Amino acid sequence: MALVDKVKLPKPLSWLLNFGRARSLWVYQWGLACCAIEMGAAFGSPRYDVMRLGVIPFPASPRQADLVVISGTVTDKMAPVIRRLYEQMPEPKYVISMGSCANCGGPYWDSYSVTKGVDQVIPVDVYVPGCPPRPEALLEGIVLLQERIQREDMQERWRGEPIVVPTSAPSSTRVPAPPGASSTASAVSAGSAQA
Amino acid sequence: MSPPPTASALREQQAYVAAQAADARVNVELDTGDMTLNIGPQHPATHGTLRIACQLDGEQVISAEPLMGYMHRGYEKLCEVRTYPQCTTLINRIDWLGSFANEVPFILAAEQLMGVEAPPRAQWIRTILFELSRIANVSLFLGDMGVQVGALTPVFFAFRDRERVLNQIEEVTGGRFHPNFDRIGGLKDDIPRGWIAETHAVMAKMRGFCDEMEDLLMGNEIFQTRCRSVGVIPGDVALSYGLSGANLRASGVDWDLRRDANPGLAWDQVDWRVWTHPDGDSFARYWVRLQETREATKIVDQLLDGIPSGPIMAKVPRIIKVPAGEAYVSTENPLGEMGYYVVSKGGLGPFRVKIRTPSFSNISVVPWVMRGTYVPDIITILGSLYFILGDIDR
Repeated sequence: MALVDKVKLPKPLSWLLNFGRARSLWVYQWGLACCAIEMGAAFGSPRYDVMRLGVIPFPASPRQADLVVISGTVTDKMAPVIRRLYEQMPEPKYVISMGSCANCGGPYWDSYSVTKGVDQVIPVDVYVPGCPPRPEALLEGIVLLQERIQREDMQERWRGEPIVVPTSAPSSTRVPAPPGASSTASAVSAGSAQA
Repeated sequence: MSPPPTASALREQQAYVAAQAADARVNVELDTGDMTLNIGPQHPATHGTLRIACQLDGEQVISAEPLMGYMHRGYEKLCEVRTYPQCTTLINRIDWLGSFANEVPFILAAEQLMGVEAPPRAQWIRTILFELSRIANVSLFLGDMGVQVGALTPVFFAFRDRERVLNQIEEVTGGRFHPNFDRIGGLKDDIPRGWIAETHAVMAKMRGFCDEMEDLLMGNEIFQTRCRSVGVIPGDVALSYGLSGANLRASGVDWDLRRDANPGLAWDQVDWRVWTHPDGDSFARYWVRLQETREATKIVDQLLDGIPSGPIMAKVPRIIKVPAGEAYVSTENPLGEMGYYVVSKGGLGPFRVKIRTPSFSNISVVPWVMRGTYVPDIITILGSLYFILGDIDR
């Protein structure tokens, strides 16, 4: 993909590439705590079936993954491990923080051993609130991430520069503008990812 | 006196010695020194963030040491700065698969200190929800054990049928698996209209799921070969390591707190039995859990038919203050004996809570049972011991 970061791609081509990237996310299965069960229900159960969104939940190693769902409590002992596994993932990589614990510490906000939010360790693209979030909420988080990938400038992403994603899509991309953070009930997209 | 060796015999002898020496050299070259295999802290078979450091000699395990603490969230300390009703929110999340069952022993301990007893209707509904969370918990194990031996189909069946039980729990409590529904002196709400008939139907479906697992997995030759006489824990070893729950019953020890030390729930009102298996291997642990799930559906069916009428809350003050004292209450949770030692000094919250969780004791047998097993069996033994990381690290 050396072409992508050197040449400004024509819009239809970058739209097509982004479309492909957004619909073939490989998720690294990373169960930490309670939310892992709901993540398992979203990924493994016939009722929710994440594969219809093009998300493939079975890479065996972080080196094959595009997306990691931090599902559950991050403790101070686990945080370096998370950082290390995140660094093993190839660019471009995305992070969904699932559940109150991974977002901000949740019910363990005053615990001595819990990291108050995984965004202290790795950059997070989408936060999914809930304790634990229902599988539907995680699916909406994935849909929000796909919309975000669709609107990305691939040149910036490949150069490793900080990404600033426009909050509303340009009219020419043919992707419906995402619902604003205030209008979504279950998932909130954040714009603080750094490559 | 033997005659001196002939030249040919001497040659044979020298050739034999040379062959032995060559063999010895090959053995030295092929000697497998100790190798450390680190499983975890992120591994699908560890159900969370358990780390196991194994010393291997070739394919054989010399020693396996579970290293924990990656999911330590400090429950015991946090309980000291919460009030009693707030504590139930936290301790729901210890064993995150059987959450309602976590609340019950703590609430019972607090009730014991306050001298309050829940009305019979509340006790029966508590028992029903307790057994429902047992079914939701263990049914996931029944499918997940297939994944540990390489069969992917059962876990989809387990997730499919588990959703039905979660629906029933959600209909009463409003939460899929952190209900926070138990109150000191009773329950938050009564069961909704039409719930009893629905739950009967779901229990029939879960019995069908158990039959399915029996046909699909337990009858499978590969599953039997991988699990029979693997990871054998004799009864006396199991007792000395403090195992409890189905792991202990699979070693032939007839011990069940629901029957032996009923702390004030409705188990003694219905007809059921405790299942044990004499073998103590991985297969026995699976078999016992399967029978228990089936038995739990029968318990729920019987309890549903006989729920007494009456209130669901005893008279308790609005602001709960527990008089000074100490109480230990343990119940037979889906994973084993779970107990809370609550020390109260008369305040709004407990002074100290000691939580005895089953998984912590259950994995203490890992170094003993892993010694001498082979690498592929590590996963099946870990899977069959069935621990939950929140339950180990608390």
